[in-house]
Amino acid sequence: MRVALFITCVNDTLYPETGRAVVRLLTRLGVDVDHPLGQTCCGQAHYNTGYRHEAEPLARHFADVFGAYDAIVTPSGSCAAMVRELYPRMGERARAEGRGDTLARTLAPVVPKTYELTEFLVDVLGVTDVGAHYPHTVTYHPTCHGLRALGLGDRPRRLLEAVGGLELAELPGAEECCGFGGTFAVKNADVSAAMGTDKVMNAASTGASVLCAADNSCLMHLSGTMSRLSVGMRPVHIAEILASTREEPSA
Amino acid sequence: MSSRDLILGRVRHALADLADDPAPYAQAVERSYLREHGERTVGQTVALLADNLADYRAVVHRCTGPEVAGTVARLLSARGARTVLVPAGLPPDWSADVTAVRVPDSLSSTAYDLDRADSVITGCAVAVAETGTIVLDGGPGQGRRRITLVPDHHICVVRVPAQVVSSVPQALERLDPARPLTWISGPSATSDIELDRVEGVHGPRTLEVLLVDEQPTPSDHS
Amino acid sequence: MSGTFVGMPAFPEAARGAVHNATLRANLRHATTTIRRKRAVAVAELSDWAELREAGKQIKDHTLRHLDRYLEQLEDAVTAAGGTVHWAADADEANRIVTGLVKATGETEVVKVKSMATQEIGLNEALEAAGIRAYETDLAELIVQLGDDRPSHILVPAIHRNRGEIRDIFRAEMTRWGRPAPDDLTDTPAELAEAARLHLREKFLRTKVGISGANFMVAETGTLVVVESEGNGRMCLTLPETLISVVGIEKTVPTWRDLEVFLQTLPRSSTAERMNPYTSMWTGTTDGDGPRAFHLVLLDNGRTDTLADAVGRQALRCIRCSACLNVCPVYERAGGHAYGSVYPGPIGAILSPQLRGTDSDIDASLPYASTLCGACYEVCPVAIDIPEVLVHLRERVAQGGQVTRAGTKVVLKPARGHAAERAAMRATRWALTHPGAVRAGQRLAARTRRFHPSRLPGPGKAWTATRDLPAVPPESFGDWWKRTNGGTRDERGGSR
Repeated sequence: MRVALFITCVNDTLYPETGRAVVRLLTRLGVDVDHPLGQTCCGQAHYNTGYRHEAEPLARHFADVFGAYDAIVTPSGSCAAMVRELYPRMGERARAEGRGDTLARTLAPVVPKTYELTEFLVDVLGVTDVGAHYPHTVTYHPTCHGLRALGLGDRPRRLLEAVGGLELAELPGAEECCGFGGTFAVKNADVSAAMGTDKVMNAASTGASVLCAADNSCLMHLSGTMSRLSVGMRPVHIAEILASTREEPSA
Repeated sequence: MSSRDLILGRVRHALADLADDPAPYAQAVERSYLREHGERTVGQTVALLADNLADYRAVVHRCTGPEVAGTVARLLSARGARTVLVPAGLPPDWSADVTAVRVPDSLSSTAYDLDRADSVITGCAVAVAETGTIVLDGGPGQGRRRITLVPDHHICVVRVPAQVVSSVPQALERLDPARPLTWISGPSATSDIELDRVEGVHGPRTLEVLLVDEQPTPSDHS
Repeated sequence: MSGTFVGMPAFPEAARGAVHNATLRANLRHATTTIRRKRAVAVAELSDWAELREAGKQIKDHTLRHLDRYLEQLEDAVTAAGGTVHWAADADEANRIVTGLVKATGETEVVKVKSMATQEIGLNEALEAAGIRAYETDLAELIVQLGDDRPSHILVPAIHRNRGEIRDIFRAEMTRWGRPAPDDLTDTPAELAEAARLHLREKFLRTKVGISGANFMVAETGTLVVVESEGNGRMCLTLPETLISVVGIEKTVPTWRDLEVFLQTLPRSSTAERMNPYTSMWTGTTDGDGPRAFHLVLLDNGRTDTLADAVGRQALRCIRCSACLNVCPVYERAGGHAYGSVYPGPIGAILSPQLRGTDSDIDASLPYASTLCGACYEVCPVAIDIPEVLVHLRERVAQGGQVTRAGTKVVLKPARGHAAERAAMRATRWALTHPGAVRAGQRLAARTRRFHPSRLPGPGKAWTATRDLPAVPPESFGDWWKRTNGGTRDERGGSR
């Protein structure tokens, strides 16, 4: 199986550690993962801000770069949801606008084979115990696109529960959005900050030392809020926890 | 152009992008939802009705046919009712023991007259177990809609099991849309203060439902 | 109600005050978390919720698809049952019709059942201008009317008020409108409800004209349905001699049987009850029972324009349950007033800019008043994909395009204030289809990382006012992959 890592533009630029963790984890599980260097961005920010036409070339570019792989794995619930849920919608809209089937046909191949990381682990590889060790108390925030668009359900949880040494603390109000929302974070900064503060205070109330999520965009917002509020917690992407072993512990 | 034609024209214009849909309505909607929820015996359905009525603060009583008159009279005197509205067609034996002054449901009564009545006794058209609802349709023994609204105390007699259905879909099948219908689930209530439910606003603040067993053997009601 | 929404500032500005108002935040959090929990319990009782939701969606979609036919059928059925049907293309026309009908009765006061449609058209203000006094009789509407306030929730327009505030309003204002509140009124909900009962009863008993909306209109039978709790609806629908119902055309359902779906999904979604205390159904007029005259005013007011939009028309499926408000984290913090419309919350953010157009600051900003978290779509009993419509309306605001206004197709220009964003989106689109350009930018950022400020000026300030920026790492993931051949030549970890 030819597996490609779609690292996402945010992780590529700001969170390379997450990408290295995905590579380490998948390699450990016997997956030969490739990272096509032509990849850039799925177009989610453009699409969701109202620039669907600007997002189309990015989607076509994504399909060009990843079309030949058997599976595309990404450590981001929202980027996976963009491809799986919104690429077909972009194709439909183009068709409704009288632009024919070209876009829909171009994007169709990558849609069913794009997986969010925890989905790939549980559904495709069929593992929940990835042999990880992470001796910390962790609370898990299920991000909105993972929870509601992809329907990840308890997959991330099952993976975390199988991690050696990890104690999982229940996050109050877990299913509520953290307030990031892409450009919402700056367009509606006051509401976004209020939501972020509530999420961080809920996380802090668990006594966990680590706030874990499967999306670094949300964690960027929460991390920035945590450090401003001087909350003694660290945000950590789930890939870094799952990559951590006794021999090679993640921070 | 009349506004009627203008609006209908706009509707047709708005739908111009859609392909023809000649399918008859019966095939247009997938009705894979349930006709009722769960399987119950008749007795269990009546018990569920009683539970759900009580859950929304209706006061539920159960008795047999011959006990109705005594029960109604007892409820009225416990309430201290001096006047009671009695609609046309109410079985005479239901109010046979009533000592309060009977007021007929008359077209000439004003709302102020009704406001002076302490209580009202009616039957109903159907009762819905899953939701704890009684439905009045203005038929015999039910009166005009306003008589079960203005007085503060409503006694409603339900014949069980004949008038009890399990679910909302079953209730609608039994009802005639041409009649004025009032669905009642407990006494009036409001959630308008902090989205917290409080019983008792404009409609009767006390709703007593009398479930009258009309089956000779109540063995099914275990 | 004298408070209006004209000249509202854009959503972010309007929300700012609410976010920092501790009392309001506490009131909203308390109310919405209570109802959210209860709704989940009420919905979980029905094992076929998903099927009911799908059927509700299909019934509404089918009705909208054939709305012309069903409206005509409805008109015939209502007329045959003794009612009179009027058609109003916009708010002004609806207000003129209703005012004329009330004047024809010779009355100068009306009692009103809570109705979103009459709020939307500003009927109370129109009646007042014609010398007719309208009494709101729903408890929350009464609180809003007495407090000279604006509604902030679809189901509970006074959700922003707590019990103490309500007591103060009753004590201070009831006397202006009729029977005063008892001197010793406390803030217990039961006492407040009792005060409202006494205050309104005299109005119910004497008023000859009732005005309502409706939750559903059955085309097949001409039956109207009002779902309520307090009994104020029953009072207004049955005691007056004349009843005037103002109803949006999208409230139509084809058949009697269709009610079996909505009477299960609406109460559980809105008040989290198995069934609301009172549901009234009437078909025209009935001899000797209830109003002798019944007028139905069918209202368009932007609905057919909304219907013309292939993506946006699903908003017309809405049954006004307010589950989406109760679950929305943005609504909980911004409050209903920030939405600048009688339709607040997620559904308001897609309804108002469609019914009113996107010309005003508030309407152009509403599609952005969401994180697209999807909680609204998840709870919607008619499966309106609110995030999809929000994004669609963002496109309309940012990029312009063809829309229908008052029945005519027009081409909108992009809204003001989005020029810089548009340029940025174009530029990043160019860069992101040219991977080399991205790499160059990342390397530049990495080389200059120790000079990055922790607080940004301009638009970036919106981020850094409350949040630290992430540190830019010395090397992007792509550069690491290239340098180490995917980690197989990692200088630290050695060959893997």
